[in-house]
Amino acid sequence: MFLDILITGLISGSVYALLAIGFSLIFGVARIVNIAHTAFYMLAAYCIYFVVQKGGFHPVWGMLAAFVIVTLLGLLAYKLFIDPIREHEGAVLIGTIALAIAMQEFMLLLFSGDYVSVPSLIKGYFAVSGVKVFYQQLLTFGMVLVILFALWVLLMKTRLGLAIRSTAEDREVANLMGMNDSRVAMTAMGVSVGLAAITGAVIAPLTILTPFMWMHPLIMMMAVVVLGGMGSIKGSFAGAYILGFAESLVVFLIPQGAFLKGSVALSIMILVLLIRPEGLFGIAFEEER
Amino acid sequence: MGLFWFYVRRGYRVVRNEVLVLPSRVVLVLFVMTLLLLPLFTQDAYTLRILILTSIFAILAASWDLLSGYTGQLNFGHALFFGVGAYTAALLNLHVHIPPWGSIPLGGLAAVLSGLVIGIPCLRLRGTYLALTTLAFPIILMGIIFALPGITGGELGVSGLTRLSHSRIWDYYITVGLMLILCTVMWKITDSNTGIIFHAIREDELAVRAAGINTTRYKLMAFSLSGFFAGISGGLYAHFMRIAGPSTLEVSMSFTVVIWAIFGGVVTIYGPVGAVFILFPMLEFFRFWPEYRTLMFAGVVLLILLYMPEGLLPWIRDKIEVECPRCKIRNVALRKTCRICTASLD
Repeated sequence: MFLDILITGLISGSVYALLAIGFSLIFGVARIVNIAHTAFYMLAAYCIYFVVQKGGFHPVWGMLAAFVIVTLLGLLAYKLFIDPIREHEGAVLIGTIALAIAMQEFMLLLFSGDYVSVPSLIKGYFAVSGVKVFYQQLLTFGMVLVILFALWVLLMKTRLGLAIRSTAEDREVANLMGMNDSRVAMTAMGVSVGLAAITGAVIAPLTILTPFMWMHPLIMMMAVVVLGGMGSIKGSFAGAYILGFAESLVVFLIPQGAFLKGSVALSIMILVLLIRPEGLFGIAFEEER
Repeated sequence: MGLFWFYVRRGYRVVRNEVLVLPSRVVLVLFVMTLLLLPLFTQDAYTLRILILTSIFAILAASWDLLSGYTGQLNFGHALFFGVGAYTAALLNLHVHIPPWGSIPLGGLAAVLSGLVIGIPCLRLRGTYLALTTLAFPIILMGIIFALPGITGGELGVSGLTRLSHSRIWDYYITVGLMLILCTVMWKITDSNTGIIFHAIREDELAVRAAGINTTRYKLMAFSLSGFFAGISGGLYAHFMRIAGPSTLEVSMSFTVVIWAIFGGVVTIYGPVGAVFILFPMLEFFRFWPEYRTLMFAGVVLLILLYMPEGLLPWIRDKIEVECPRCKIRNVALRKTCRICTASLD
């Protein structure tokens, strides 16, 4: 029981962390609330399914293909639909919602609504006191840590990371200092969608794929971002594991828990917000006027 | 008899001098007349059903605009009000046997209560934080509904409600009439002093507070007013469909409301109503290609937004009418000079 909770919590927490960091990255840099973020994650999972099950390639190729294709698609969608209306906050909001719905319907047409699954990269498991621990789960968790480290290096140690961080802090001043605002936004969008794609790639073997699989992570991702404090990567990281463990605790300990897992996690978010309106690690920054 | 002719002449004068001078007013009058006279020409149950549902959702979209458009408190969980209204009306009707004319307003009051419950914690949040937090509330309620199937019927919902009235025509007149009345009330609210304060809160909350206005009170008022109208539309929906199910609380429901309102143009009231009357029947029209229906819907929304990010109806209105630069009165775009102050309209 304890090990079950630990594993489920770690896996779902990691997924939420990756998604939330990508989401808050593009929000911080370009002030775009990208509802379609988790739709890209769904797209990546289906991409792997297509390459592996229909094409017969090794899952590693599927992951690479998913990463490249989904990132390109994300950039294309940004250029075509989001960039022209970036100044209108409301329009961006429903533009990305429409984008997500369009992607969902497209997948529904291509692969139908049937549940499908993807084979794991490494088969087999080992047992610890009667609980099966799949190698795939360990691999997923390991990959999440590697990706998070790579992202930290990108944001903290490179010139590009510096540009992204400074644009997030103050767009106008960054522009005056010679950073091309729209190019930084484009890059941030690429990194953000790329993160969503990787998340979809590492989680695909552990879940069941449906065109509607973007809904639940979307809500949890938003809750994580709000809980951790918007634009704070440390906050997203902590918030993701808090909500991930809350979900797995509810599922395993409370009868009818599967229904209540979303409710309890979201109630935790609201309770935290009542005490700290800017989130756990957020900074109550000055109102933009 | 003299009095009668007096009113006839006065009505004629109002029509000629106030209505016919502006295309938007002509469109509005034609729209209301068409809605009220339609059952004389067709009594097709399917058409009436579409229009009834359209009217119900028009109230919902307008109530979103009242809260999120005017005060700028982006609400992503508008389905909460709709769902609370629907479930309250359904449970009251089924267990306490209150007829629809009582249960629907009570559903609206329950939605006001829920508006206060979510409004109080949300007052400290603004902008995107608020939007993402409000998204959580309908999902929390949905979890509770699924966990208590004994009372709420779980996934199946509460069914077997009393009909709205005994015939389809009466259903039609009740919903369309209520839609017209409630939307007029909302429009009047936003046109009053309260509405001006709502505008000001959206533009600059700090300045409003500095002017000595209790913004907290006005924001809560916006939450409860919007909740009331949305709750009424929820109750109407429950009684018309004769079922209140968890689909009323779904995320897609909240998103659809936002799509309607922003597509039609926020901060107008008429925008969201018009958008529902365009988009909802259009979705029904697309039923000829059932697999592509939602895809085409999303495509239309995306394409229209690319060219009119302010929303469809304000864009059209700006094309056919111009505002006089001197006296701020609207004129037909064809005129060279203002119809009131004769200033040049360039």
